[in-house]
Amino acid sequence: MSDEGRPNPLAQLIGARFKEYMREPEALFWSFGFPILLAIGLGIAFRSKPPDVVHIAVVSGTSRSAAIAGALSRDKMLVVEQLSADTADVALRTGRVALVVVPTDSGAIKYEFDDTRPDSRIARLMANDAVQRGVGRADPLHVADQQVREAGSRYIDFVVPGLLGMTIMGGGIWGLGFSIVDQRRRNLLKRLVATPMSRAQYLGSYLLSRLVLLAIEGGVLLTFATMVFGVPMRASLVTVSLVVLFGALAFGGLGLLIASRSRTIEGVSGLMNLTMLPMWVLSGVFFSSENFPRVIQPLIKALPLTATNDALRASMLRGVELPGLWPQLAVLVAWMVACFAVALKIFRWR
Amino acid sequence: MPPNGPALLVEGLRKHYGDVKAVDGLDLSVAGGECFGLLGPNGAGKTTTIEICEGLLSPDAGRVELLGLRWTSNEHELRERLGIQLQETQLADKLTVEETVRMFRSFYNNGRSVDEAIRLVQLDEKRNARVGKLSGGQKQRLALACAIVGDPDLIFLDEPTTGLDPQSRRQLWDLITEFKSLGRTIILTTHYMDEAEILCDRVAIVDHGRIIALGTPQELIGSLGAEHVIEFAVEESPTPINVDELRALDGVRSARTLAVGYELQVSALHRTVPALLALVAKHGGTLTQLTTHSASLEDVFVSLTGRQLRDE
Repeated sequence: MSDEGRPNPLAQLIGARFKEYMREPEALFWSFGFPILLAIGLGIAFRSKPPDVVHIAVVSGTSRSAAIAGALSRDKMLVVEQLSADTADVALRTGRVALVVVPTDSGAIKYEFDDTRPDSRIARLMANDAVQRGVGRADPLHVADQQVREAGSRYIDFVVPGLLGMTIMGGGIWGLGFSIVDQRRRNLLKRLVATPMSRAQYLGSYLLSRLVLLAIEGGVLLTFATMVFGVPMRASLVTVSLVVLFGALAFGGLGLLIASRSRTIEGVSGLMNLTMLPMWVLSGVFFSSENFPRVIQPLIKALPLTATNDALRASMLRGVELPGLWPQLAVLVAWMVACFAVALKIFRWR
Repeated sequence: MPPNGPALLVEGLRKHYGDVKAVDGLDLSVAGGECFGLLGPNGAGKTTTIEICEGLLSPDAGRVELLGLRWTSNEHELRERLGIQLQETQLADKLTVEETVRMFRSFYNNGRSVDEAIRLVQLDEKRNARVGKLSGGQKQRLALACAIVGDPDLIFLDEPTTGLDPQSRRQLWDLITEFKSLGRTIILTTHYMDEAEILCDRVAIVDHGRIIALGTPQELIGSLGAEHVIEFAVEESPTPINVDELRALDGVRSARTLAVGYELQVSALHRTVPALLALVAKHGGTLTQLTTHSASLEDVFVSLTGRQLRDE
C-alpha cells in the first residue's frame, strides 16, 4: 500500500524538535545571542586595565616646590601638578587629587590627605617613598619586583564557565519544560499517545535534540570566549565536554520533572522560576558562591548548577581532569537519576 | 477488517467524576464496516465514552472490546489498528502539513503513504504550508489525515466538524463518506443532527451518560409517527387555545407549548394546516408566526427529553 518505506520515528521526532526550534527566531537569539552579548558586556566592564596612576598636588610658591615636584615625577605611577594652596585644597576635597604635598620653609614636608580613602593612603606611601629617595635615602635591604598578570585569574575567566553553566541549565529547563507543557496544553501529547508512538522515543527526542543544540550553543560561547578574551581551556576538551554532558542530562531530568504535571504555560513558568532563581543567585554564576555563609555551603554544593559551574571552572581554569571532578559529577548523576525516576513516575501523558 | 464479530463492543460502561455520572451504564455494539454516530448535547458523555473506547481513559466499570481485542492485553496492536481524531487537538504550528503527516506515519508499522493521506483529505495544495497558517477546515482535514495515515481498521472521530463553516463541514462529510466506501468502520460523535442523518448508518442518542434511543436515522424519525413539525404563535386571543384542542386536530400526533407559541408533530400537513387556521379564527386570534419543517433527529431528541439539543 505504501510507496515509500516507513520513516524512522525517532528521526522524525528529533527532526520535528529542530524544525520547531529553528523556526522560532526569538529562541535562536536567547540561545546564541544572549550568552555572547552577556560575555561581551562583562568583558568590557571588567576588562584588565593598566594599573591606576595616582594624582598628587604640590603646593607651589615655595623655594622647594619645584625640586619636590621633580623628585615625585620620577615615579612613573605618580602624576604631579603644582597648584596654589587654595586650588590644591579644592582638588583634594573634590577627589581630583589623592594627596597634597605642602613644602615648608623649614625644610620639613606636610602631607594632607583623607585617611579613609584607600587611594589617598597609597598616595601618601608612594609620595613619601619618592621624596625620601629624592633626598638620598638608601634602602638597607635589596628587593626585586615581578609582575604577574595571567589569563585565568581575571573576572572574565571566572564568569565564562558560569555563563556556560547558566546556558546548560536554561536549555534543559526551558527547552524541555515549555515545549512539553505546550504540547500537553494543545492536547497534542494526548493525540500522540493515541498512536503507537514509543514514549521513550518521544522523551528521548527531547533529550537528544537538547544535547545537539547545547553542543552548538556551548561551542559558540567557548570559541568566542577563548578567541576574543583568551579565556583558558586547560583541561582536555573531552573532560570539559563530559562535564557539559552530565550537566545537560541533570538539567534535562530537572526540566522533565518540572514539566511532568503542568497543563498551563503559566503554571510551568512559575515552577521554572522557582527552580532557577535560587541557583542563579547561589550557584556562583556571576560571583563566587563562597560569599555565602559557611552553614549553607553544603546545601549550595548540592545544587546542580553549583556542581556544573565548579566542575567547569576546575577543568577550564585549573586543568583538573576527570578523576578530580568526581564530587561534582556525583552530584549531577544523583540529580539526573532522581529527577528522571520521579518524572517518569508522575508524568501526565494526557 | 475483522472477519466476524463486532468492531466495537461496549457493555455496562460507567465513569463517574465525583458526583457527576459522565457515563452511566452504556451498552453498544458496532458492526464492521458500519458508520456509527453517538449523538447528544454537550455534556451528554459522548467524549468520555469515545475516549474510553480509544484507551485514553479507563472506565470505572464495564467491558470494552475493539476488533476482538482489549486495552488491557493488546494495547500496542490496538494502537496500530485505530485511527483517532480528538476534539480540539492543535497540531504543531511550526511544522508543515507534509512534515506533520510524515511524523504520524512514522509511528505506524504499516499504513498509507504520506502522499496518499494528503491526497485523500484534499490538502495537496497546502502540503508545504505551515499548520499555523491553515484555516479551521484545513486543520480539521489535516487531523483527519493523521487519523487515517496508519490505514486503520477502526476510525474514531470526535466532533469532526464542530466550529466549522457550512462549506468546510460539507467538504468533511464528503471525505468521511469516502472512507465509509472504503469499508472501514467509523465511529463519530456529534451534536449536529443533520451530520448524523447524512453520515451515519446507525445512531445512538446519548443523554446523561445513557443511550436513550438507537437505530437508523430513518427508524428514529419514523418512531415519531410524524413526518412534519409545525411551530406557530398567536396574538392574544379573547379565549386562549388549549393544547387538548390542538391534539384533536386532524393529522396531529402530539402537541406542546413552547416558550412562545406551540409545537405540533403532524403526519399530514395538508389536512392539519387548514384545521389549525380555522381553530385560530374560531378563538378570534391572529397568527404571528407559522413555520413547518420535515421531522428530524432533532425532533426525536426533543420528544424523548423535552429539551432542545442546542440549548445545552
